[in-house]
Amino acid sequence: MSTGSPDSLLPDGETLEELSNSPRATFDVEKIRAEFPVLDQRVNGHPLIYLDNAATTQKPRSVIEAIGSYYSNNNANVHRGVHELSQRATVDFEQSREKVRNLIGASSIEEIIFVRGATEGINLVAQTFGRTRVRAGDEILITTMEHHSNIVPWQMLCEQVGAKLKVVPINDRGEISLDEYESLLGEKTRLVAAAHLSNALGTINPVHEMVRLAHEKDIPVLLDSAQGTSHLEVDVKDIDCDFLVLSGHKMYGPTGIGALYGKKEHLSAMPPYQGGGDMILSVTFEKTTYNELPHKFEAGTPNIAGAIGLGAAIDFLESCGVKALMEHEHEVLVYGEEALRNLPEVRLIGEAKEKSSVLSFVVAGVHPHDLGTILDHQGIAIRTGHHCAQPTMERFQVPATARASIACFNTKQDIDALIRGIKSAIEVFT
Amino acid sequence: MTDLRDFYQEIILDHYRKPRNFSPLESATCQARGHNPLCGDRVEVYLHIDTGVVREISFQGAGCAISTASASLMTEAVKGMTLVEACALFDSFHDMMTGTGEASDPIDLGKLEALSGVRQIPIRVKCATLAWHTLKAALEESNNNTAASISTE
Ligand SMILES: Cc1ncc(COP(=O)(O)O)c(C=O)c1O
Repeated sequence: MSTGSPDSLLPDGETLEELSNSPRATFDVEKIRAEFPVLDQRVNGHPLIYLDNAATTQKPRSVIEAIGSYYSNNNANVHRGVHELSQRATVDFEQSREKVRNLIGASSIEEIIFVRGATEGINLVAQTFGRTRVRAGDEILITTMEHHSNIVPWQMLCEQVGAKLKVVPINDRGEISLDEYESLLGEKTRLVAAAHLSNALGTINPVHEMVRLAHEKDIPVLLDSAQGTSHLEVDVKDIDCDFLVLSGHKMYGPTGIGALYGKKEHLSAMPPYQGGGDMILSVTFEKTTYNELPHKFEAGTPNIAGAIGLGAAIDFLESCGVKALMEHEHEVLVYGEEALRNLPEVRLIGEAKEKSSVLSFVVAGVHPHDLGTILDHQGIAIRTGHHCAQPTMERFQVPATARASIACFNTKQDIDALIRGIKSAIEVFT
Repeated sequence: MTDLRDFYQEIILDHYRKPRNFSPLESATCQARGHNPLCGDRVEVYLHIDTGVVREISFQGAGCAISTASASLMTEAVKGMTLVEACALFDSFHDMMTGTGEASDPIDLGKLEALSGVRQIPIRVKCATLAWHTLKAALEESNNNTAASISTE
């Protein structure tokens, strides 16, 4: 039993259903769960337990409704029509940009570019900032725990300009060492690109220190916060990163929308990414004048419904209170880690001191793929495979892992079911 | 999904725990390597072919229960077959997995029928067929004698 706090969804004094035995709980998870229509179903005869949130989170009703409402009531193109619907759509679209700005603490909406997702945000920076600032012989520094989308765009850039990709190693817990990181920041390093929160290991990187050390050598830093914004408090001014990408579908919003934050000084100096409508002020066959920020980087009709859905997702996050949500998820994570450590067959992959939301593991005698099938049979959705982080898998010398990833609506009961499922798989195979 | 016991039949578990013909083959006349990047499964298939007959066959690798059992059962089934029979068996097995009904001359799959449940979980079909595609690559190698490598994803 617990009572509401300013951070929770609960009015003060409201009594909770039996949720958590912790007196610190300030989070009505049953109320949160009720916001997610998809959770109310049975899969293979069992109540759905969704633990694949690092792949994509489920969507609260408010997000689904915001998208429906845009199409039902306000559908029109943005930034061009003088008619009422276009104005409404434009206002809603731009309001979402403001919500993104506010969520991550950017100075101005000029610094928020809508993109398709984290992947497109990183490619945008690689092909604009990268193509103009990185030369033959230069270096780009990433870490061992990157998602393929924070590796391949840099490899492509390196190939295009003749630069080199350098990689910060990680220890057996899945952490980088700041000393090693610092020693890799060299004369030729033009950019650091690092995960904020690793999707494969759950490691939270020491981004403040990483940025400070890079800036001492005038090296800009891009943070891949695809996993960050739904699990951490993100303040780009406080972190002082130069770029940050986020992904709508990983933070309770729709697929096909994300945002790139960039410091205005960088964005102003960068050439456009794609050419087309919306990113121009005037076009003649002799000369085209590019639009102001942020529109300079948003060629073509944007994902209007997606942006509006993302705005609703941010409203949802803020109504939960990111801090309350972090505490709740942390409790479930620690509970899960302990339960997994109690199984002698299980080896956790990723045991960083600073960790969030991800339980990555292997089970002796049970291949992750088989475990995934057996759990699915019990209505439990986890991810198995390399999690788009093959170099990370290689570092831990496993071909694949099983990964349960936690969101705000997961409970200790979900973990209990997961553990029961793992035990049943061990029974089948050994 | 069907009952899990249909999916992980005892024979599959047995071949997973104790894979048959699980070693490299010194006398191999051809071999091929298969890889499923999605789940990290790797398999190497070795063949000793003599006068058009598979005299010896073995495999090595790391994979899930389905891919390991499929490879193990495959080696048992293929050993002693002529190249033509082995190709026909590939077609029939492939057919069972994909349900395409393309095998011109379907043959009795015997124990391999235990893997038929895999068809119900499309993403796992690649686990079951990895060793078979690798076998096919090895057979093709025996025809043109170049190292073979295949990937199912
Ligand atoms: C750490 C990380 N970076 C990048 C991505 C790619 O994000 P998106 O799907 O928005 O392109 C993901 C998603 O899988 C991720 O987990």
